[in-house]
Amino acid sequence: MTSTGSDIFIRCLREEGVDLIFGHPGGAVLFLYDAIHRHGFRHVLARHEQGAVHMADGYARASGRPGVALVTSGPALTNAITGIATAYSDSIPMVVFSGQVPLPAIGSDAFQEADNVGLTRPITKHNYLVKDVADLAPIVKEAFYIATTGRPGPVLVDIPKDVSNMPCEFDYPREVHLDHYQPRYEGHWGQIKKALSMLLRAERPLLYFGGGAILSGASAELRALVETLRIPTTYTLMGIGGIPGDHELSLGMLGMHGSYRANLATDECDVLLAVGARFDDRVTGKLDEFSPHSKKIHIDIDPTSIRKTVHVDIPIVGDVRNCLQKFLKVLEEKDLSRFHERMGPWKQQLEEWNRQEPIAYQQHPDEPIKPQFVIDKLFQATHGDAVVTTDVGQHQMWAAQYYHCQSPNNWVSSGGLGTMGFGLPSAVGAQCARPGEPVICIAGDGSLMMTIQELTTAVEENLPIKVALINNQYLGMVRQWQEIIYDDRKSAVDLSVAPDFVKLAEAFGALGLQASRVDEVDSVIEKAFAHPGPVLMDFRVSKTENCYPMVPAGSPSRKMLLRDPD
Amino acid sequence: MQHTISVWVRNEFGVLSRVVGMFSGRGYNIDSLSVAPTLDEEVSHMTLVTHGDDDTIEQITKQLHKLIDVITVKDHRDGEFVGRELALLTVEPPPEARAEVFRIAEIFRGKIVDVGQKSLTIEVTGKQDKIDAMTRLLEPLGLQSRVRTGPLAVARGSAR
Ligand SMILES: Cc1ncc(C[n+]2csc(CCOP(=O)(O)OP(=O)(O)O)c2C)c(N)n1
Ligand SMILES: [Mg+2]
Repeated sequence: MTSTGSDIFIRCLREEGVDLIFGHPGGAVLFLYDAIHRHGFRHVLARHEQGAVHMADGYARASGRPGVALVTSGPALTNAITGIATAYSDSIPMVVFSGQVPLPAIGSDAFQEADNVGLTRPITKHNYLVKDVADLAPIVKEAFYIATTGRPGPVLVDIPKDVSNMPCEFDYPREVHLDHYQPRYEGHWGQIKKALSMLLRAERPLLYFGGGAILSGASAELRALVETLRIPTTYTLMGIGGIPGDHELSLGMLGMHGSYRANLATDECDVLLAVGARFDDRVTGKLDEFSPHSKKIHIDIDPTSIRKTVHVDIPIVGDVRNCLQKFLKVLEEKDLSRFHERMGPWKQQLEEWNRQEPIAYQQHPDEPIKPQFVIDKLFQATHGDAVVTTDVGQHQMWAAQYYHCQSPNNWVSSGGLGTMGFGLPSAVGAQCARPGEPVICIAGDGSLMMTIQELTTAVEENLPIKVALINNQYLGMVRQWQEIIYDDRKSAVDLSVAPDFVKLAEAFGALGLQASRVDEVDSVIEKAFAHPGPVLMDFRVSKTENCYPMVPAGSPSRKMLLRDPD
Repeated sequence: MQHTISVWVRNEFGVLSRVVGMFSGRGYNIDSLSVAPTLDEEVSHMTLVTHGDDDTIEQITKQLHKLIDVITVKDHRDGEFVGRELALLTVEPPPEARAEVFRIAEIFRGKIVDVGQKSLTIEVTGKQDKIDAMTRLLEPLGLQSRVRTGPLAVARGSAR
């Protein structure tokens, strides 16, 4: 029997080493789903296409391999858009397949027709409409290549229904011919030497790294560099896990909810070494007052990230891992004792700032549970070794502050787009990528309601993910801004009308647990981890707690608010 | 400042919208744009005129490079390229000014490509400022419309 487009689809996935896809069927992908059935390909059925794409995303972040999602045409693709845009913002390698109406119907406003390529053009690294079944295999090959090389990102392949049923020989290309797409991996030796000699003359150096360090698999090199230089180090939300959060040289996260010492260090440093980070506005605060005294070195594989918003003195285009290896090589021949000595006063200053304003909270046993306390307990229970996914809001920032991730690919959080509802589906994907390892979804009560349906997927797949709902009965982060910036006019942020999350979990077939008093927290966590299936822990936390430090949008990062005004 | 940029792209479906979408999505302006295939049918050439400070132009060039279908980008600096534009100007001069219109067309080495009862259409090529100058002279003489291609650019002394 000759193969058709749908067989080719499956065989291409096999060639790429894909053993699992996340998706949701529909009319335009019926042939593809038929092939999934015939070939016995592993498929996880999401209950919403946004969920399917977030699952593929969580899978990619937790495994370092590309995630794959499959959705049908029209409304399915529009549902998937939030997921694709989320992955694009965080440079996550992913290939999304969408169904399209048959070729002759394209452009006729056919049932469930949408311009999938047009809709996703600004939120994909590249995208394709397959107009000929003979192009399918080469396009899939290119799609995976583009998604996973250079600065990674999602690629969409739109397959018209008739194309998926056309007969064609299967011939998987061995190579990709994209002469003009040549991401530069090799950091320039001259620039690297120049950068190091500038760095080693510094008195107040600071290393700041981001998601690029994780994506390039550079955490071993990063840690070696940090420890060789003994350089104070801070990281972005996307960099979490690049070095252990509680490493003695870690200052914690910087930026809008970064630590006091990290933000002041950024403000005061004289040389800033930026590694796979992009000077996002949540990091820089007011741009023209960002790190005003420093010379800046910037390593990034994407030339557009360099000098996009912040002036850089020594740009180094290249793969973070490759560049850091070269840094380490050059350092082998250097005597660093003077450099280490010179940093003495700087480190004392950093210590002093930390003493003044540490990341800390106080939990009184009779008061409402503090969200920070819950996250601290989760950290202690798992020694920082769980895969942690988050939603978006205050709980996400507390998770970043208090869950000291020990390794890369263990922090799964929507940074660039800040997508509420990311936590649960990405946890499903992460658990599929890392069976047998603890996966915690730190969720917000607002966010969770956006993708709660994926609890069904977790139950169906029997994934033992532990959802820790930080239930403050508010869209807490928005409430916080309204309190601070809008004179406490709370507008449309009250979530006190909400489902009973314990019953809801049970209705989904998961285990529901609740803690509303401090002394219940430990036992809830214990029970959750003792349970072999998915669990939702409803932590009824303080409704009024706010997340500090906070750099109000548009302020320089040294001007942090540190506590609620009296 | 105005910049003329040459962009060579793979002649793929949707490539124009990728280029234009990059500009609109990032808030950059396109002053003019012309596209057509090169001798190699798989490659198209775009001449793009945009404006912005040096940092903006640097970002634009890098962002263009980043598009998968873009093969090369060349930012022409002043003087290093030949830029030519084609314009069609339609004039309805009062009878007493008809001769003057012919004279202006001749001075600018224009060609009358259409003559109607009342109107004349002149084809002219040249640098942008030549077309601007001709436009100014024809305006008081009953200029009705002008269409122009925007410049095409080619680097001096180079094959590409
Ligand atoms: C899809 C989406 N809609 C709106 C927002 C804006 N937003 C950011 S944080 C937030 C509140 C989130 O509430 P919750 O999930 O309960 O988290 P909390 O801040 O209370 O911890 C909102 C509405 C967003 N980030 N994403
Ligand atoms: Mg909340």
